[in-house]
Amino acid sequence: MGSIFQIILQRLALGLVTLLVVSMVIFVAVNALPGDFAQAILGQGATEEAVTQIRADLGLDQNYFLRYFGWLGNVLTGNLGISFAQMNFASNMGGDQLVGVAEQIMPRFRATMFLAGVTAMIAVPISITLGILAALYRNSLFDRAVNIATLSSISSPEFFLAYILILVLAVLNPVFPSLSNVYDGMPLGEKLNRTMLPALTLTLVVTAHMMRMTRAAIINLLASPYIEMARLKGISPMRVIVRHALPNALAPIINVIALNLAYLITGVVVVEVVFVYPGIGQLFVDSVKIRDIPVVQACCLIFAAAYILLNLMADILSILSNPRLRHPK
Amino acid sequence: MSWGINLILILMVTGAVAWGFRFAGQRVTGNKPFYRDMPFAIAFGYVFGVVVIVGAMLYYFQPIDNKGVPASGVVFFRWAVQGFMGFAIAAYLFRLIGRHVGTEGTRKLFRTMPLTAAFGILVIIIYAVVSIFAGAIAPFGQEEIFANANIVPGGNPLLGGNPEFPLGTDQIGRDIYSRLIYGAQNTVGIAFATTCLAFFVGGSLGFLASIVGGWLDQLLSRAVDVLMAIPALIFALLLMTIASVWSNQLGIDRTMFMILIIAMIDSTRVYRLSRAVGQNIVVMDYIEAAKLRGEGMGYLIFKEILPNAMAPLLAEFGLRFCFVFLTIASLSFLGVGIQPPLADWGTMVKDLSQFINFAAFAPNVATAPLLAASAIALLTVAVNFVVDWMLHKSSGLKE
Repeated sequence: MGSIFQIILQRLALGLVTLLVVSMVIFVAVNALPGDFAQAILGQGATEEAVTQIRADLGLDQNYFLRYFGWLGNVLTGNLGISFAQMNFASNMGGDQLVGVAEQIMPRFRATMFLAGVTAMIAVPISITLGILAALYRNSLFDRAVNIATLSSISSPEFFLAYILILVLAVLNPVFPSLSNVYDGMPLGEKLNRTMLPALTLTLVVTAHMMRMTRAAIINLLASPYIEMARLKGISPMRVIVRHALPNALAPIINVIALNLAYLITGVVVVEVVFVYPGIGQLFVDSVKIRDIPVVQACCLIFAAAYILLNLMADILSILSNPRLRHPK
Repeated sequence: MSWGINLILILMVTGAVAWGFRFAGQRVTGNKPFYRDMPFAIAFGYVFGVVVIVGAMLYYFQPIDNKGVPASGVVFFRWAVQGFMGFAIAAYLFRLIGRHVGTEGTRKLFRTMPLTAAFGILVIIIYAVVSIFAGAIAPFGQEEIFANANIVPGGNPLLGGNPEFPLGTDQIGRDIYSRLIYGAQNTVGIAFATTCLAFFVGGSLGFLASIVGGWLDQLLSRAVDVLMAIPALIFALLLMTIASVWSNQLGIDRTMFMILIIAMIDSTRVYRLSRAVGQNIVVMDYIEAAKLRGEGMGYLIFKEILPNAMAPLLAEFGLRFCFVFLTIASLSFLGVGIQPPLADWGTMVKDLSQFINFAAFAPNVATAPLLAASAIALLTVAVNFVVDWMLHKSSGLKE
């Protein structure tokens, strides 16, 4: 048992180091700007107070090391700074009710997690079922049709799938609303109804990948001697796959599911913009357009953290599900 | 919820018919093995396929006017089916021509080619021709603005169209047809240039790391690890924010920055592959011989390793092009990619997207954004089909 914990701890430490270096990359990228940062952001028409406030807030007079560790310390204590848009508004209009970036992001992050959760609940069962069926009836007409359909949906841009779904399910046959303006405290049924179109779009994108990997993982095993044995015993093909092949193919399947969840958290950006879903991706894109650096920095860090965490989980789960990796020689 | 109940009813009836079909088959053919050993799921599949095809045909051939109310769903369905059939027939004819024209090698290639790959190659050829000769094919310039904005696609004056502009004009009066054609030049051209740059940088660094090894390999590989830990689209958006500040100060076009940024991000993926491939090659004897001959690093990379790594790199080039193309389209769709007045498909989809809401009563109006979006989808699907076929062929997988 000891070695498992050791391996997991090693992976966790590696993930933390990666995250630290990623935060450094983000910091360097943002601070490599030429000239006066504050002036460049606010433009020529900015008031003197706004510029000084931003300068003071970012500590532009300090050197890079102090600034980086100051920023990191703030991030770790949950202080992500204040968005430029709010600062600018306050300095022009007067008023001091500034909402920090952390409070701005929190409800959006919950909304995105909800969307990703709904998508995963639809996509995972469908893709595993389809993958098993495609492996069972491999090289048949059904397999080829599913292959062509999934390859097409993997390679189409997300907004194409989104608009096709809007066209079919919202405009031509009004089944679901095309705008997903959900908010906290909405009844769950209504919330699900409005989340359905973005969730279906994401489902189309991730199902294809998961299903293909499930099919490939099962077919890889079919040449093994124990499958041959099971066939010779006269077990039905369905039972051969579900009882004998599937448990041994679990490691790659779990791995690909975790990777696709990582994709879900970060790949929501375009889909959220299409459906005006109030998630973190929408906030990110809006901030990118108005160059609101503190928000962009914070969102980027959150996305990277989620991505690294889920990749880590995929790694650990695939070690746990494979005895050969659990007891390294 | 009535459609849900209908669906369950249809499935139940299909199941009953499937059972009957198998039973009848066993009786009529005197228990032939085909029917005797048929699992229920397969019988269900056959009957369900027939139900879907019959349903689609009934839907396809129903009249589009129901007491003066146009049934837009049928119109879109007909376009989709016609497009699908048209491309399938074109791909079939293309493969047929390829089997009888050309050298012995290409004819042999075409003989074993699946229809999807033929479709892919045909589409890639069409896109290449259109993007190279865009200036000659397009009737108008991409930045030309006409007096009439928002002309409806279709060219029927009764419905608000104009035969001069077959696909209509956009909100500020530019010809959509011409912009779609120029979009091939801009979007595909920029994506191609970016992919080439990414391959040049990532490929040479990867091979260099595999030859030199040691600290250089460690340094590059750890740097790539870190860069790959940030999701690609997120990283691109972050860097584009910073680039937008730079481009204002330095006076360099934002599209240039985009090319550099995406090439940088994608070169990390190319580096991974080329390093892995390169490491398998540098242990070969002929590399040892070349080193002992005293060949330089450039000769080793381009004359010894590159020719032997061509097959996996070519497949990766196709996939990488798709990713780059989709990233650029997504960035443009989000408003931070290729900047106007250059015509670009992603931006066109975003700008015209609200017309989809008119699809229920005026199907023509909704075609413009869908055409731009499907222009993107068609190319990536085509490239993926070709790459899929190439991988399948080189891996020799049969089952």
